[in-house]
Amino acid sequence: MVTFLTRLINGISLGSVYAIIALGYTMVYGIAKMLNFAHGDVIMVGAYVCFFAVANFALPPLAGVALAMLVCTVLGMVIERLAYKPLRQAPSLAVLITAIGVSYFLQNGAQLLWGSNNKMFPSFLSGDALSLLNGDLRVSLVTVVNVVVCVVIMLALTWFTSRTKMGKAMRACSEDKGAAQLMGINVDTTISMTFAIGSALAAVAGVLYMSSYPILVPTTGSMPGIKAFTAAVFGGIGSIPGAFLGGLLLGVIEIFAGGYISTQLQNAIVFAVLIVVLLVKPSGLLGKQIREKV
Amino acid sequence: MKKRIFALTMAAVMTVGLLSGCGGGTTQETKTPDNSSGTSAAIKIGGAGPLTGGAAIYGNAAARGAQIAADEINAANPDGLQIDLRYEDDAHDAEKSVNAYNTLKGWGMQVFLGSVTSTPGVATSVEANNDHMFYLTPSASSTDVLGGVANPLTGTVDIQRKDNVFQMCFVDPNQGSASAQYIYDQNLGSSIAVIYKNDDVYSTGVYNSFDAKAKELGLNVVSVTTFTTDTQTDFSVQLGDAKNAGADLVFLPMYYDAAALIFTQANAMGYAPKWFGIDGMDGILGVVGFDTSLAEGVMLLTPFNADAEDEATKNFVKTYQDKYGEVPNQFAADAYDCVYAIYNALTEAGVTADMSAGDICDKMVAQFTAMTFDGLTGEGMTWDASGAVTKSPKGMVIQDGAYVGMD
Repeated sequence: MVTFLTRLINGISLGSVYAIIALGYTMVYGIAKMLNFAHGDVIMVGAYVCFFAVANFALPPLAGVALAMLVCTVLGMVIERLAYKPLRQAPSLAVLITAIGVSYFLQNGAQLLWGSNNKMFPSFLSGDALSLLNGDLRVSLVTVVNVVVCVVIMLALTWFTSRTKMGKAMRACSEDKGAAQLMGINVDTTISMTFAIGSALAAVAGVLYMSSYPILVPTTGSMPGIKAFTAAVFGGIGSIPGAFLGGLLLGVIEIFAGGYISTQLQNAIVFAVLIVVLLVKPSGLLGKQIREKV
Repeated sequence: MKKRIFALTMAAVMTVGLLSGCGGGTTQETKTPDNSSGTSAAIKIGGAGPLTGGAAIYGNAAARGAQIAADEINAANPDGLQIDLRYEDDAHDAEKSVNAYNTLKGWGMQVFLGSVTSTPGVATSVEANNDHMFYLTPSASSTDVLGGVANPLTGTVDIQRKDNVFQMCFVDPNQGSASAQYIYDQNLGSSIAVIYKNDDVYSTGVYNSFDAKAKELGLNVVSVTTFTTDTQTDFSVQLGDAKNAGADLVFLPMYYDAAALIFTQANAMGYAPKWFGIDGMDGILGVVGFDTSLAEGVMLLTPFNADAEDEATKNFVKTYQDKYGEVPNQFAADAYDCVYAIYNALTEAGVTADMSAGDICDKMVAQFTAMTFDGLTGEGMTWDASGAVTKSPKGMVIQDGAYVGMD
């Protein structure tokens, strides 16, 4: 029983990190209708900014996070302006390849700037938040913060896209760019804003990811990026609660598969579950079935 | 029009970025031969390694170590045989490593310093064998690089011995069986857990031989779990399994980046067994910001210790630090030794810079199997016809944030 609970907590902890990254992924996909494969690398940049702010300039952790968010927001908008905007009318394959190019650009740029050596992210969320069953069951502070931040972000994003003017504009752009423009919505500004928000989220995700798994290298972002993408597809890409659910489930399945079946087959099982879900429900768990209009 | 300008600008920026990303390391590491010495000719030694990408730390260390050795040799023998060293990037990719090898061949390489990592090493060693090019790798430790070793699972030799290929590092199986023997001899643990990386030839190679030796010695292995590059972040399952099985010693045949995470996560869950690593663990104290108290008491078998007190190591560490601002790891020391071993063999065998790669290879193979070499990573090293080096690993333990000899 204790083992089961420990694994469940570990799974939720891992899953909530995936979920935060997946929220950024799904937000950009849902509105700009493009897979931003550079999202994982924006996470890495955010983690580096926070690392240098805290470790080299001795800023308080929260200031480091704020700085990372600022840098990533600007970076996200610059990437969108320079790399994606000129391709707004291009086929989606061109945009996809460009996104992969940006991803490599960021990875190699980071390596050039900061070197390829491993850096250990300073832990400012260490220790246990809860200790239950005579200390057999520990819930670390990182886990609690991850879950709380994740829920807050999800609720805030849901509120933002459904209630605010900007959010409504985003949803309008998502449904039909041309019609949105006719209604007086500035599509470019709206998409730029989406990238700004997505990248700011990436910075937060980077810091939280690093607090749980503190080895920082220029390629840090690529694997969680892919896992989060999987989580977003799992939950239904474009759906904000779907990304949250998909991330959590992916983390829990991953840990349970490793713990109860085999660590060798861990990823195989995770992706097998994904395939089954997509076979049964092609749009993902909470994805909306959209009929193509002719 | 405006869009096009942006597209062009972005394309230009990205191209420049990519070029500098890939080429930057190479141009920094290589030096054009010093022709001021006039009459003496230079022999062209090429090397390939991951100068960019996830394994760049190993490739850059090797390239830098080799460059220091080449510079020292060239400065010390202005009238003798000079070395012209060039490193190409392979990004830890088998296909790119063959391209790198071909680039070097086009440049006129006469001796190949090998690939730095095992997967590319398996690919380039085949090419070098076809070309009859002498091949000494600093750190590609898989037996498949050498060939001629039976697969432990099937008992058959899948890859024939490539007679031009030699290794400076330990071949993987030796590390695994040496570790098991060491744990047994010193009676370090009663219940042993192993965590290894099953998509990595280095880690699985060490594990397989550890496992065989452990069975032979009757070590009590209670938990064996694995991870891959893709699951290299969360070790709660593996550590939980080891803890539940009551393991008091955990053997970690892996590189230090994963190990650093394991120590951090074990600490968070309040699990404190003895840790035992292999040479890939070397470098853990060099991780920027790593809380070295987490690695307190970690034992490892390694051929190189940057804190060793002998003159040669001290000089090497100092030069490396002055030049590159960090403490050299085992890869740098292996590559440094490689260049010296090659140079010694070249001069002993009377090789001159105008000989062809094939002629040099014949002389070098004969020289290598006959000679004894003292370097940073061991004394009295010898090579036999299998291409594997014989040198003794040093047992080290981490105490107060530094490596200390265990014996």
